[in-house]
Amino acid sequence: MEFFTISMLNGLSYGLLLFMLSSGLTLIFSMMGVLNFAHASFYMLGAYIAYTIARLVGFWPGLIIAPLVVGALGALFERVCLRRVHKFGHVPELLITFGLSFVIFELVVLTWGRIGVEFLPPESLRGSAFTIVNSSVSGLHLVAGAAPAAMCTATDPAVHIACSQFPATRAFMMLITLVMLLFLWLLLTRTRVGLVIQSALTHPEMVEALGHNVPRVFMLVFGAGTALAGLAGVIGGITFVTEPTMALAVGSVIFVVVVVGGMGSLAGAFVASLLIGVLQTFAVGSDASVLSLSRSLNFAVSPSLADFSLFKLTIAQVAPILPYLLLVLILIFRPKGLLGTREG
Amino acid sequence: MSASYAVELKELRKSFGKTEIIRGADLAVAPGERVAIIGPNGAGKSTLFNLISGRFAPTSGQILLNGERVDGMLPYEINRRGLSRSFQITNIFGRLSVFENLRCGLLWSMGYRYAFWKFLASLTDANERAEQLMRMIRLERKRDTLAMNLTYAEQRALEIGITIAGGANVILLDEPTAGMSKTETARFIELIRDVTAGKTLLTVEHDMGVVFGLADKIAVLVYGEVIAFDSPDAVRANARVQEAYLGSVLADAQVAEGTRVHAAHPGHPGH
Amino acid sequence: MDLATPAAAPRSVSHPPARGRLLVWGGYALLLLVAPLVLPSNLERSVLTQIGIGIVACLSYNMLLGQGGMLSFGHAVYTGLGTFVAVHAMLGIADGSFPIPMSLVPLIGGIAGIFFAALFGYVTTKKAGTPFAMITLGIGELVAPMVLIIPEFFGGEGGISVNRTAGPSFLGLTYGPQIQVYYLIALYTFACTVAMFAFTRTPLGRMLNAVRDNPERVEFVGYSTQRVRYLSFIIAGFFAGISGGMYVVHFEIATPDVVGAARSGVYLLFTFLGGATFFFGPIIGAVLMVVGFALFSEVTKAWLLYLGLIFMLMVMYAPGGIASLIMMNARVAAHRKLHRLWGWYALLAATVIVMLAGLAAVIEMVYARQYGAVGETKARYLGMTLETTDVAPWAIAIVVALVGFALFELVRRRFATEWGRIQTEIEATMTSKEPS
Repeated sequence: MEFFTISMLNGLSYGLLLFMLSSGLTLIFSMMGVLNFAHASFYMLGAYIAYTIARLVGFWPGLIIAPLVVGALGALFERVCLRRVHKFGHVPELLITFGLSFVIFELVVLTWGRIGVEFLPPESLRGSAFTIVNSSVSGLHLVAGAAPAAMCTATDPAVHIACSQFPATRAFMMLITLVMLLFLWLLLTRTRVGLVIQSALTHPEMVEALGHNVPRVFMLVFGAGTALAGLAGVIGGITFVTEPTMALAVGSVIFVVVVVGGMGSLAGAFVASLLIGVLQTFAVGSDASVLSLSRSLNFAVSPSLADFSLFKLTIAQVAPILPYLLLVLILIFRPKGLLGTREG
Repeated sequence: MSASYAVELKELRKSFGKTEIIRGADLAVAPGERVAIIGPNGAGKSTLFNLISGRFAPTSGQILLNGERVDGMLPYEINRRGLSRSFQITNIFGRLSVFENLRCGLLWSMGYRYAFWKFLASLTDANERAEQLMRMIRLERKRDTLAMNLTYAEQRALEIGITIAGGANVILLDEPTAGMSKTETARFIELIRDVTAGKTLLTVEHDMGVVFGLADKIAVLVYGEVIAFDSPDAVRANARVQEAYLGSVLADAQVAEGTRVHAAHPGHPGH
Repeated sequence: MDLATPAAAPRSVSHPPARGRLLVWGGYALLLLVAPLVLPSNLERSVLTQIGIGIVACLSYNMLLGQGGMLSFGHAVYTGLGTFVAVHAMLGIADGSFPIPMSLVPLIGGIAGIFFAALFGYVTTKKAGTPFAMITLGIGELVAPMVLIIPEFFGGEGGISVNRTAGPSFLGLTYGPQIQVYYLIALYTFACTVAMFAFTRTPLGRMLNAVRDNPERVEFVGYSTQRVRYLSFIIAGFFAGISGGMYVVHFEIATPDVVGAARSGVYLLFTFLGGATFFFGPIIGAVLMVVGFALFSEVTKAWLLYLGLIFMLMVMYAPGGIASLIMMNARVAAHRKLHRLWGWYALLAATVIVMLAGLAAVIEMVYARQYGAVGETKARYLGMTLETTDVAPWAIAIVVALVGFALFELVRRRFATEWGRIQTEIEATMTSKEPS
């Protein structure tokens, strides 16, 4: 039971992080028609810049400053490079963001090395947010923070106690992403800026004719989207490993999220992010395989078959490719995506 | 009449979201007829073309081509059944030459399909037909010019060329003379008359000179409904059409006329 | 004004006379025949062989990108799976269970390419444009881990090694000496180049171009856009598979990275760099690709960074790649105005060199700090030894780079004006010659 709860929470927190990334991607795509291939690279930059700031000044200033720096870099890229390429069409736009992702990767390796850095969470976020203690004697209870060792070990061999911890970094991730998304939703629906952005989403020429500086709006949206990615990077950096390949790992997944959710649909991206987050987290924790299934059903299996890779493949081993399987399935059965409205 | 209509619309409706653009349009065009579709802006003329040619699927109603239902079919399926359309905003293959554009327009109809084992240069019938088309649309001197480098009027001519290339019997022309000068328009009308001889023609037009010069019959589309479908003179005299086009202007003029007559002849019974 | 606006594109499609075409193809064949005799060392011949393999891979990629407008991030799936199937064929030849001549192994790769392109292509070509690109990325991410998950077929982390000399020799060819391998690859390269060029002259090839230019209109002239893309995808997969088969005949090993995203990215980078809008562009790209990885990586560790920056500049300023730059200058030369540009090109090159000198110094110093031995603070650059702990080398390098950039901008603007002037003159000449 506690495994389920903790896994669910982990899955949701990962899904929310994916959404923070894919929401920026979807906004940029909806607004400008360009799918920012380098989005995950900005995520990576956020983590590394926050790491450097954390070493100089501290984590909490880094949490604020790093996304701003990343956002500024994103806006700069839009102004200098992307704007030039708009008129050539969507393929060149995708190509230039691809080139950017390549260049950012090389610059990160140049500046911080190939191995990855130890980006530790601040003191207050180390350890657990809470622990679920499951005792065969006294049942389930919740303990704030990490449960003391005494609570988790039983002196009496007949009593089984299991303790599952929910890391503070994950809780922090959920908190920040939810706050950020609430802020975003309020911004888009309740403010004048948000209204301009929403209109520019579907009728950029009209918005320009009304006197708004649409190129500047584009630059701001791109900067905001990349700033979101940078913020996600700070949080992801302390929760997961901060290394040059972190962009590649999460980059392809958010593209799957966007296509599965339906290109241009924020709600779709939300659903798809949570779905993939939860799916992958549960999969990673599962040791089931066709072999174990046949064993539990008491099927006799020859030794050579039992040794065959596909047969003894556990779900945990397959977990990394589940998003892509989902992508293929969605494309076959529901090509518009879960909540898609545009054909892209 | 035993022969089926070339194009028939029955209770055709199309909504975009909550807005209904085509509200029960009915039309029956006989083979060989030349019909101009006119109507105020926003009446749904281009939408009608998009529905007939398969670009959009209707919300309800039927579209029949030579007696066969084609509503809901994909554009290429309808095209293969003998219907071809041009576009209001020139829709050609920019990076191919004039000759290549025309050839692309006729490859399917000549049966070459997805062949990758034959050379284009060896398809004599296709190449001859493309040359013939080029002469018909009077672009033979620009044979090897890239389509994006042609003048506007030349591109419009190429647009028509691609439309008729496949030998379709039902041709839909969407504002073919849009954006042209008076002389260009006059020359273009002649061109259209020549190349669509013997075919069923539907065109959307705003220029009344073009309409009355080209069409046997006029269909008037107002708010997504066909309110009149008759010979040009009959349509000109149709009260509903006058009201739709002229609306209160006529009414005001009539009122003003009536007032003037009344003032000049007091006691005279008014109309 | 940049060099890539439509006005700079060829005004009309030129039809070189048959004699000219024969000359070009004859020259190509001659080059392939003679190259290993001019460059006789084993290393040089190995590089030449790799160039042949790369040419087929990049040309097949350009079928999708340049001819079809389909941007794929997963082309290595098809070359790589071709490699793996071919390596199994070679194992079969070695132990006698698959008695075909070693020379036909690339074709086996090609057949594998057809199979997988038909399989994955069905789902992939359901969409176009950006979604298409994302799907190719997703399929690549699906296939790459599979390679590690199924070690029985893919050999796991270490891949599968094979010996191309094992098995019976056919017509006296054992493929032991590098020269034999080279000529086999060269033969396939020439044949594939001819075949892919011929494809551009067929109905399907032409309709693929039409789909690239205006996918919507294609539907209205009777063609199913998706079917055109799907069939072309399969044909491109065939040639990709051949390239994969050639790969394993030369390298004698199939490793997991042959299907990886990194390799797909490299195909994209170099095909685009060479030029996607002309048929011969990818050939240039393939040469750069192989020479780059074989040679440039030895010269500087930062070469991938330079590559990325050049790529970005190309996308912004010359999206037709090197091929388009050559053709544009060829047009200027045909109008006998090229001599006016020599001086400007020389100045541009000079300022770029200055800029690069400064930039490269900075980058090399950073690399030295990162990757040098512990405590090592000196960087070797252009024969000089720079002490990276001093401010002076950094400051000088940055100043040099900035000065070079400023000068470059100055020269570039003047060059652009002159270029524009020449283009206008050419347009005027051509319009006056054209019958109205």
